[in-house]
Amino acid sequence: MAKLTTSYIDFRELEDIIDILQKTSGFDLTGYSKASLKRRIQRVMSLEGMDVVDLKNAIINIEGFPTFLINEITVNVTEMFRDPRYYAALQTDVLPYLETFPQLKFWSAGCSTGEEVYSLAILLTEAGIYDRSFIYGTDINSHALEVAKKAIYPLKKIKQYTENYNVLGTNSLSDYYSAMYEASIVNQDIRKNILFSQHNLATDYIFNEFQFISCRNVLIYFDLELQNRVLALFYESLSKFGFLCLGTKEAILSHDIMSKFKVINRELNIYQKIR
Amino acid sequence: MMDKAQHIILIGGSAGSYNVIVEIIEALPQTFHAAIIVVVHRNPKFRTKIEETLSLKLKRPVAEARDKEDILENNIYFATPGYHLLIEPNQTFSLDISERVQFSRPSIDVLFESAADAYGQNCTAFLLSGANKDGAQGIKHVRSQGGTTYVQSPTDALISVMPESAIRLTDKVKVYNNEEIISYFRNLK
Repeated sequence: MAKLTTSYIDFRELEDIIDILQKTSGFDLTGYSKASLKRRIQRVMSLEGMDVVDLKNAIINIEGFPTFLINEITVNVTEMFRDPRYYAALQTDVLPYLETFPQLKFWSAGCSTGEEVYSLAILLTEAGIYDRSFIYGTDINSHALEVAKKAIYPLKKIKQYTENYNVLGTNSLSDYYSAMYEASIVNQDIRKNILFSQHNLATDYIFNEFQFISCRNVLIYFDLELQNRVLALFYESLSKFGFLCLGTKEAILSHDIMSKFKVINRELNIYQKIR
Repeated sequence: MMDKAQHIILIGGSAGSYNVIVEIIEALPQTFHAAIIVVVHRNPKFRTKIEETLSLKLKRPVAEARDKEDILENNIYFATPGYHLLIEPNQTFSLDISERVQFSRPSIDVLFESAADAYGQNCTAFLLSGANKDGAQGIKHVRSQGGTTYVQSPTDALISVMPESAIRLTDKVKVYNNEEIISYFRNLK
């Protein structure tokens, strides 16, 4: 079949690229959903004006290129209080239970540019439990983590975030950030109990024990095998009666893993570890 | 237990396509071997219930395509609002929430291109009425991978931008009027 453009790759070429990337950089994309990954890589090739030979060359020979590639192909579409119904469910179904714990550790896995972490911190502040909470935000994407640490977001995005927040509606989102010129920075009170660090769900292991793990719109990029690896990692990382929150379109498909959880909210995929 | 579909028929539509899609589904025989996958632009902020409405109206299951599920014959699937729908090389669905394509998520191009890669000549695609260029690139790719493509006649389409864009981009694309489209689906085996 003739190639459409030079940035088009077939699945055999995709396997080659995954293989080279793993051997030269340690980034392992083997368990990623292939169709989506192929599109993301083609997008980078098209933007950079590369064909498949250029791409392989760059991965092997240009220092820093594998990191650049990973940062470009991982998806960083996120918002503060994205899907307000999810945060409302945390308020009613999850936080009242967590309030009974003396100390709380939260893990936002695949936190991207940090909006979800700060949303959680605001929610915990309003529930009066943030002082005994700590939130770990992790992602594979080092560039996104830099943005997350700065906690500076353009005002034009804040408009959408405010709309989301107002659905929950207790205070005003502007209570939690300071605006200056075209940007806003999240207040220190909200930023204080948070640590951002790099963690690769495909290859890294447990690093703490948590009462709450959220991983939203990440599993869809993984095949079933990798999804199950990650779910097992979350299971091991949760304390008993800890909560696991997945994206709206991400259910636990494995019966084995599901048998260890109770469904708290089926529509929003909120689960509690029961054994 | 239903078998995995060997052949998929894609339907992409935007503004002005809803009624044709309903007519298509109403015309379908009770059993057919392909899987039908529909992607239609809609606003995720309004929780439309196309699947439920059609299921009730047509008295047959119309399912939302779910991440990592097998694509089964004799089934009608709809793309979830707010997510791109893709087809994996192992012929299962996957979802993706990356940037909009042609201002759209789900994008018709994204579904059509990935479906063509996964099914090759066993992929048939229909592009209907709409007000933007989404789907044109997808039609071109389905053809380049050996699949069959049909575009709704611009004179029959309520909004002709989408069919016209596809016709302009791809040579020899088959142009069908509404009657021919419905008849295709009525005669599915």
